[in-house]
Amino acid sequence: MDRRYQVRRATNALMAAVTFGCTLLVLTPLVVILAFLARTGLSALNGDFFTQLPGAAGEPGGGMANAIAGTLILVALAAGIGIPIGVLGGTYLSEFASTRVSRTARFTADVMNGIPSIVMGLFAYVLIVLPMRHFSALAGGVALGVMLIPTVMRTTEEIVRLVPQSVREAALALGIPQWKTMLRVVLPTAAAGIVTGIMVGVARVAGETAPLLFTAFGNRFWNRDLLQPIAALPIQIFAYAISPFDDWHRQAWAGALVLVTLVLLVNIMARYAAGRQVKLR
Amino acid sequence: MIGGRGGAAVSSARTADRTFQFLLAAMAAAVPVIIGAMLVALIAAAWPAIQRFGGAFFVTSTWDPVAEEFGVLPFVYGTLVSSALALVIAVPLGLGVAIFLAELVPGWLRSPISFFVELLAAIPSVVIGLWGIFVLVPWVRTALGPLLSASLGSLPLFRGPPLGIGMLTAGLILAVMVVPFIVAVSTEVMRTVPRSQREAALALGATRWETTRTAVLPYARSGIIGAVFLALARALGETMAVTMVIGNVPQIKTSLFAPAYTIPAVIANEFSEATSDLYVAALIYAGLVLFIVTVIVNALARLLVRRVAHGPTQIRE
Repeated sequence: MDRRYQVRRATNALMAAVTFGCTLLVLTPLVVILAFLARTGLSALNGDFFTQLPGAAGEPGGGMANAIAGTLILVALAAGIGIPIGVLGGTYLSEFASTRVSRTARFTADVMNGIPSIVMGLFAYVLIVLPMRHFSALAGGVALGVMLIPTVMRTTEEIVRLVPQSVREAALALGIPQWKTMLRVVLPTAAAGIVTGIMVGVARVAGETAPLLFTAFGNRFWNRDLLQPIAALPIQIFAYAISPFDDWHRQAWAGALVLVTLVLLVNIMARYAAGRQVKLR
Repeated sequence: MIGGRGGAAVSSARTADRTFQFLLAAMAAAVPVIIGAMLVALIAAAWPAIQRFGGAFFVTSTWDPVAEEFGVLPFVYGTLVSSALALVIAVPLGLGVAIFLAELVPGWLRSPISFFVELLAAIPSVVIGLWGIFVLVPWVRTALGPLLSASLGSLPLFRGPPLGIGMLTAGLILAVMVVPFIVAVSTEVMRTVPRSQREAALALGATRWETTRTAVLPYARSGIIGAVFLALARALGETMAVTMVIGNVPQIKTSLFAPAYTIPAVIANEFSEATSDLYVAALIYAGLVLFIVTVIVNALARLLVRRVAHGPTQIRE
């Protein structure tokens, strides 16, 4: 009797240890990746990286200034498409939760979140590159913007739903129309959370490569024309990583470090903001 | 309508409300509309290839842009095997982490661990691929590969020299990338299991692990299967990291050490250089199939996860 109990307790302890071991194993790649980024990336980062155009193939030196600018432009385009549709649609999902449109949109948004990013690239290619006959920043921005929509929509829905019903009722009781209540009372109340959600979504699409390969395409030079191919940090990292040159490999690590720092900062800020919001409630 | 100024104000406010509601609904409806548009656009662009190759596209292995003969069997094989390999590695590990996080972890550790798992999911695919090329590939070539050859080399799966690049490395890197999804969704699903379920088991004298095994896991099962499906869809469509380590050779080899190729990888590598219209259409055809498969897998995953949230009536046995 007592022996059996000991065995059961031992099993319990063993499973706790095994699952903890799984956790350590899963987090190992994260630690290793961050360590390599810090070690290799930091040593390759310098002023040139942020201010210079890429050098000629195989020659050391040069930077990714145009790619950084390109990524900012692409992300701005994506935000211009994804944020209005996502925020307004998300508000609808929260405020008119059980209509047919809501249920369909919620389900398809979840499904759309799982559609491979390369397929988004194909879609933007067919939609924009094919009719225009050439690659363009616009096409890349559309690909990223479409990817942003479901993420922003679902986060907005969740945050707006947290706004207490009494806030809406107070506004409506003052005779404020429903549309004004949503725009001027409900959304501002939820603004901090929505902004955080948007930032996390934007940081994610900023690191996407696959949808840009045959839309934004990449560019070795500066470009401000949205209808022409444009450089992007992730494309540049990819191109340099598979190149045969050591200096380009170093620059790829530097680019990756910049990209990951951005993503990590946004995520940490989001977590901090989320923690604060919970405490306020 | 009611007369007078007050009535007019009310009715114009109602019109504004209706208009606004319609605007919001249109934005929400954009999502299903986009998915529909994707389907139509991809079918239209792939049409020449669909007409020319039909179903034979998936069972033939010739990939010859010069002769304009296209068959994607090796790519389908590579996609399926690398994803299966990823799940074989990631599912037990991810489930272990989820059980730890949802049931066994000391309270103060929960939040940092789930944050680190989220961070792993947030690292861009191209960065994971970079790490794959310069760290994982050499490690597989010099450490894991020789170890597997020495211990399991008699199996056809581990025959031949471990090159580093190849199916095995692709499976490993995919496992790293999908494991956060398995952890996140499974943990969430396990947390929706009512406290009363756990308390009942604990009151009967069950240990924490026994409670997990007998009360939590059966309840959460369909949701956990949903998590696996979600991870499968991610693995099938993952592009950059796989492209960077799988070797990109369209062949069907039993050995996991051999290079292979996947559908997303071939699209990523060849699309912008595809010269003829039929070549482009063939690549889009492959993408169309990827699209349809991932939409179906994702939809199934969502339905399974939702079942858990809707309560215990759905438990079998």
